[in-house]
Amino acid sequence: MNNLIILPLLLHLFTAILLLALWRRARIHRYISVASNLLILLVAVYFSIESWNTGIITFQAGSWPAPFGITFVLDTFSSMMVLLTSISAFAISLFSSVAVNKARMKYGFFSIFHFLFMGLNGAFLTGDIFNLYVWFEVVIISSFVLMTLGGKKPQMESAIKYVAINMLASVIFLTAIAVLYGLTGSLNMADLSMKIAAIENQALVNVTALLFVIAFGIKSAVFPLYYWLPSSYHTPPSAIAAIFGGLLTKMGIYALFRIFTLIFVPNEFLINLFSFIAVATLITGSLGAIVKRDVRRLFSYLIVCHIGFMIAGLGLYSEIALTGAIFYLFHDIIVKSNLFMVSGIIYRMQGTMKMAKLGGLHSTYPRLSVLMAIVLFSLVGIPPLSGFWPKINLFQAGFMEGNYILIGGMIIASFATLYVIAKMWTEVFWKDRDPAAESEDGFALMKRSDRISLVAPVVFLTVVSLYIGFGAENIMVVSKHIAAQMLDSEPYIQAVLGK
Amino acid sequence: MELLVIVLIGLLYGSGIYLMLRRSMVKLLIGLLLLGNGANLLIFLLGDLTKGRPPVIPPDSNIFKEVYADPIPQALILTAIVISFGLQSFAIVLLKRVFLLTGSDNLDDLNTHDTDI
Repeated sequence: MNNLIILPLLLHLFTAILLLALWRRARIHRYISVASNLLILLVAVYFSIESWNTGIITFQAGSWPAPFGITFVLDTFSSMMVLLTSISAFAISLFSSVAVNKARMKYGFFSIFHFLFMGLNGAFLTGDIFNLYVWFEVVIISSFVLMTLGGKKPQMESAIKYVAINMLASVIFLTAIAVLYGLTGSLNMADLSMKIAAIENQALVNVTALLFVIAFGIKSAVFPLYYWLPSSYHTPPSAIAAIFGGLLTKMGIYALFRIFTLIFVPNEFLINLFSFIAVATLITGSLGAIVKRDVRRLFSYLIVCHIGFMIAGLGLYSEIALTGAIFYLFHDIIVKSNLFMVSGIIYRMQGTMKMAKLGGLHSTYPRLSVLMAIVLFSLVGIPPLSGFWPKINLFQAGFMEGNYILIGGMIIASFATLYVIAKMWTEVFWKDRDPAAESEDGFALMKRSDRISLVAPVVFLTVVSLYIGFGAENIMVVSKHIAAQMLDSEPYIQAVLGK
Repeated sequence: MELLVIVLIGLLYGSGIYLMLRRSMVKLLIGLLLLGNGANLLIFLLGDLTKGRPPVIPPDSNIFKEVYADPIPQALILTAIVISFGLQSFAIVLLKRVFLLTGSDNLDDLNTHDTDI
């Protein structure tokens, strides 16, 4: 039974290999991918219920006892991340079965898609820091391929920046692991947690912690390391941007939360650093979003801006703040994936992403506009939609800690998000379209079944996000449980080391 | 011996970062390559250099009696080398494609993407 916790990972691996065997048969790829993602979603639901009921489940690979072998750990945080990733993966695979063109599918889009999700699930499940590095590499090399698949010039230009910065982040991560291994002689996270606390020279520990901040900071796009994100996320097709925007930066956030609650418990210096990073990310992200006139670039800056809310949880470092940050993480995975899928549909309809040339969507597609409005409003956090609840917790924690600068940053970011979304709404949906910019409506020309495949995933993720909003008390219970597990790592250590 | 490796690591990191700050794409790639090798050597160094003592327990005893070379850093380096090999070969092909599309090796020429896909 315990061995099966890596099932989501294995199923993605098997699907990827199966799809490689069926090379160039694009039609079959779609069906297999959607079916396998549905199966993985069911498995993920089962395991999140299982881990909620029984507590932390561990699996020692090859029966090598921890800390000598590689451990996989399924605690509430991991299981929820796997569940949300699977929800998002299912929606995106259905969306990309129509949105990604045939040529990309023939050259292995779905196969790489499954390798990427295998890496994500592996990163969420592993309890070994070097293994985490390996999963990060699996994810980034898959994302390189997804980013460059198609080979258009803008894609290639942005890929150079993306590849270079991610390789640099990997080297820094590896350096940090090397120093950590030199300090402690261990790689198991639970074991590290105990050994780090026992080291006398805490200055060395701080330096190592900073290396991890830089490595994960690049991955999760925080100030001042985010410049690669807005200059690369707007070039790949929307389905791929939905994977990147919804999940890749969140993997960095997951790693930050895991490392900085389990291994390095933040001291005052780190807490101040995180709260500075949070404020700077919130403000620079929202300033960037305000000036952009291209819908997808605007969304890219909003990703950066909203990362700040999650870092704020680490910057305040109390149970209430972490609860809010984790809730926000859940909300953000679903809403950001959905947002890029919405941008893909808009692109189909009007053939451009520039706000000046878009317009009149509300009069041509009234019902779809309402659907998109729900997505945009939950992003802004209008009560009772999903983005609202975690902010209450973060504000409350901010007042309790007396960190008014951070509260100010969060308020500015919230209003900036409201402003840019309102601006986008008037420009794209309400404004009459410039007759000179009229183009063929690609969406109306599509087959009915194709249109349903494009809209159904958006509806599905919107329903999930509505549930996060209206069933907030349930999500809050889960987030609180995770935050409590983070602050008291004793059960995690006991479950892994079996003491 | 250790001092030599330390100097070498410093050189690799230093020259890697210097090359990354250049404007040429090829130099950027070589810089990343050197940095990766520096990181590998760093793992090797921090696992304690032990000369000529493989981690094998002699047949006439049950435990190690002397200091032995730590096998973990070697396993880590092997994994890291394989991964960076894959990344680098991808990056080389990417560079070639970008060069064919833009006709330039200058990183500053990459800001032309006004078009959206």
